[in-house]
Amino acid sequence: MSNSKSVSIDKICIGEVAPGCRKVDPILIADGVKRQFGGLTAVDVAHVEIPRGLITALIGPNGAGKTTFFNLLTGFDKPNQGNWSFEGQNLAGMSPYKVARLGMIRTFQLTKALSLLTVIENMRLGAQKQPGESFLTSLIRPLWIRREKEITEVADTLLKRFKLDAKREDYAASLSGGQRKLLEMARALMSEPKLIMLDEPMAGVNPALTQSLLDHIKDLKSNGTTVLFVEHDMHMVRHISDWVIVMAEGKVVAEGPPSTVMKDQAVIDAYLGAHHDTDLGTMSKPASTRSKKGDTK
Amino acid sequence: MDILNILKLALGEMLSPTTITFVLCALGLAVHFGFTGLLNFGQAAFAAVGAYGMVISIDTLKLPLFLAVLMGLLCSIIFALILGIPTLRLRADYLAIVTIATAEVFRYFMTTIGFSKVTGGSNGLSQFGAEFWALNPIPEGNYNFGFVSYRADQLYVFMVGWGAVIIGALILRLLMRSPWGRVLKGIREDEDAVRSLGKNVFFYKLQALMIGGVFASIGGMIFVLNLSNVQPQVWTTNFTFTIWSVLLLGGAATILGPIAGGMIFIALISITQGIMGGLVELGLLPFLTQPDIAQIRLLLIGLSLMLLVIFRPQGLFGNKRETQFNV
Amino acid sequence: MDIALRAVMGRFGRLLAAFTILISIFGAPILSQASAAQTDGSALIITGTVKNEKKPVEGVEFRITGNGIDEIATSNSEGKWLLEVQKKGIYQVEILLESLPKGVGLRDPEANIREANLTVTNTAAVLFPLGKDTRVIQPIGDQIIIRLFAGLNLGLLLAVAAIGISLIFGTTGLNNFAHGEMVTFGALFTWLFHVELKLPLLVAAAITIVLSAGFGWLQDSALWKPLRKRRLGLNQIMIVSIGLSIMLRQLYILFFQGDTKVLSSEYELVVLGPINTTSSSLVSMGLSVVALAFVAWFLTRTRIGKAARAVSDNASLAAATGINVERIIRIVWVMAGALTGLAGILYGLQFQANYLLGAQILLLLFAAVTLGGLGKALGATVGAMIIGFVVELSALFIPIDLKYAAALIILIVVLLVRPQGVLGKKQRIG
Repeated sequence: MSNSKSVSIDKICIGEVAPGCRKVDPILIADGVKRQFGGLTAVDVAHVEIPRGLITALIGPNGAGKTTFFNLLTGFDKPNQGNWSFEGQNLAGMSPYKVARLGMIRTFQLTKALSLLTVIENMRLGAQKQPGESFLTSLIRPLWIRREKEITEVADTLLKRFKLDAKREDYAASLSGGQRKLLEMARALMSEPKLIMLDEPMAGVNPALTQSLLDHIKDLKSNGTTVLFVEHDMHMVRHISDWVIVMAEGKVVAEGPPSTVMKDQAVIDAYLGAHHDTDLGTMSKPASTRSKKGDTK
Repeated sequence: MDILNILKLALGEMLSPTTITFVLCALGLAVHFGFTGLLNFGQAAFAAVGAYGMVISIDTLKLPLFLAVLMGLLCSIIFALILGIPTLRLRADYLAIVTIATAEVFRYFMTTIGFSKVTGGSNGLSQFGAEFWALNPIPEGNYNFGFVSYRADQLYVFMVGWGAVIIGALILRLLMRSPWGRVLKGIREDEDAVRSLGKNVFFYKLQALMIGGVFASIGGMIFVLNLSNVQPQVWTTNFTFTIWSVLLLGGAATILGPIAGGMIFIALISITQGIMGGLVELGLLPFLTQPDIAQIRLLLIGLSLMLLVIFRPQGLFGNKRETQFNV
Repeated sequence: MDIALRAVMGRFGRLLAAFTILISIFGAPILSQASAAQTDGSALIITGTVKNEKKPVEGVEFRITGNGIDEIATSNSEGKWLLEVQKKGIYQVEILLESLPKGVGLRDPEANIREANLTVTNTAAVLFPLGKDTRVIQPIGDQIIIRLFAGLNLGLLLAVAAIGISLIFGTTGLNNFAHGEMVTFGALFTWLFHVELKLPLLVAAAITIVLSAGFGWLQDSALWKPLRKRRLGLNQIMIVSIGLSIMLRQLYILFFQGDTKVLSSEYELVVLGPINTTSSSLVSMGLSVVALAFVAWFLTRTRIGKAARAVSDNASLAAATGINVERIIRIVWVMAGALTGLAGILYGLQFQANYLLGAQILLLLFAAVTLGGLGKALGATVGAMIIGFVVELSALFIPIDLKYAAALIILIVVLLVRPQGVLGKKQRIG
């Protein structure tokens, strides 16, 4: 299951591969983003660029600030300072819903399925440009019913792809943890995002579903969507990502293609402290036993 | 004890203007709490703002009834904006405290002698009903409908009030089955998730607060028009929590719930009061006196609030499937 | 020691509960019979007696307005005045200060208008305690001093009552809307023991505090703990507390009637510079300070107190370090009950008591707790002092009947601007 379409380094990166290096075609650029809680600095990223059209993994030990960085980029948290832009558009200070409308959709570490909505309603909610979502138009059914049919068709296709079509009319609350992850990802795709940001997509997913999740993520890439994901599972990182960014103590300490980053001394230090000789490729844990709690909350 | 009379009385109360007011306020609260998840503990203030807005427009501004009603609605929308813009970003329990405090502040302002030239102070206002009653198209006389009989003026309020309930319920039904309603329900479940899907959550919450407030203000207007009298001491926290009981009895996330809930609630209280009154008369409840029976009403409201939340959170008409996941 | 304590508390609590139930069963008929005599006949009466230094005052005029009437009643040679009205409802009674003899004024100069509530009972007694005329125009400096003193007094009372809310919120996350009824409990039961059963005040107060503690224990063991076990959401539990508060209030009416109870008819005037106060106010303030100091000592110096603070900070972490969270919560409820009962006694002694007493100050208590940072007991004390001063000082600038509104506006502003409270740390929020 190794990544078949491996991309050569010089097609991703300009100049030397180093933390914060410039990319050939960046979709997201962050500059000097800093977030402090009281005296503690949770995130302090000097410069980082996310390459377009590829799968980028954001890894790092617990408390490295990965989720906080996600929250900052998507507007769910406000940094003390810093700038970042998506496709050249400055996002600093923008509210989360506007970020999402630009085509930068995120999922959450603790899955946010809307429990008392059915699976299909969850999906429909993910769609953009539904005139029936504005108050006055909603009162006149003919104005939105056509768009609703289009949305439902897209939703049904996605549900089939994610093997949730049998659950169409069930409440999201009745799904298993893994199914909720799938639903959240499928729902994010309803708006055809340019960049999808997955926060620990594998956490709490049982091994049987892991493979299909991996395939879905690879599908996203082949459909032209850029993927940025936070993950602990080194096997997953190694096998599907084109590029890896490593965070520790709020900073970007290393980046590069997965094969080289795994051998990087800074990464090994960040993860393991003194135990230098452990091969990072073998440290994957069964996903289901991993802690569900936020690492940087 | 005259059981038939007690039942007749209950039936009369079920359809009374007070019930109409509770039902309209509860429909509004269903938009706030049942569909959007907003903990509004100041629904009495929305009703009062509508009522005072209309009455003061007639009494001080000398506007015709139609414009005064529009003014009342406008006031409740402005009230929702003033209340909502700063508070809808707060945590749910903070919103609860701010709304209850705002409602009390509003009541203090309506009571204070300082503004009594406009508000009538604690005496309230009562010279505003003429145009409403003059518009009554129903000829004088008594109208019999089997169990209940109405005078022309009662029938008039009945038609206006229940007409408002039916139109309101139909509009709500349209709204809640539309994509707009879907966004509200999404916000109730998890507002961050809805935000991440590109919806302006704050704006939707504000809209929900306004629409629920408009329902309550119509309820408030019907209440004061029927009495030809508006007084500040009506719009207390007890009023708000009675509406909560009605809503939770019927089912918070339904439209039929608040309507049927309101009627059943009022009927149950009326019947209980009637039966207890009868028992006291017969000397079967030696530790209670007749005036005590009136207190039983509020006591039952408190008790039913507790029992409903604990044992039947989805209410009488809520979806049974929802309960097993109730958080 | 811990096990012994728990055993003692358990047994004690059960006794208390039994005692409370007994009182409610046997107390009820006595009290309602008394009221039946009063309410014989359907006349609605507003009445009162005016006395100055225990002597009746004749010829004092009262203006009664509301529900369409505007009439004057005059006191007779026994100091008694009376007005019969037709409609149920709330009436305003104003004492016409011009009609008072020279040199005589109201003990509380602001309270020249009081409410007569005839929604519940057929007779409403409205009392205007008289004393030395303090109306003589005071220099603004004196007014401020008087207000500061009143603010200190109110602040201390609120602080004693608010600590309970704060402790309960801290350990369980519950915004307890039934807390006001715990204040009322203290005031009404003191009246029952002291005035009705003629026990000495200290004995009555002691019994009441023990009963209040038992009331706290009973609430937690019969209601809140089972609800926590059912994993009911905090907002749902909050609504349950609202239901409980309405219910308790109505039970108070059924058992104690709706009229205002006079807890202390005797008082000794104390003059401190421009301040006119009473000995009971001074004693009450002293007791409040002692109670607050005790709580501070308890929370910072004792093992149980430290554990309670640990649970407030992070319940699961506290549980992981071997603290029995449920036991701490139970202790907190008992303590909150006792303190709040004490607050009720002190409040009742100064301002008299009725079934609405606690409900009327509940929002002020929430304001105090929020101001100090939710869940921080010592913050609540500071918040309560601020609210006390705001309420009293605001009366210098705005109409007196809006002074509680001023406190609530402060609450709203604080929640909007600084939801973590004046003393709270920012990152604890959301």
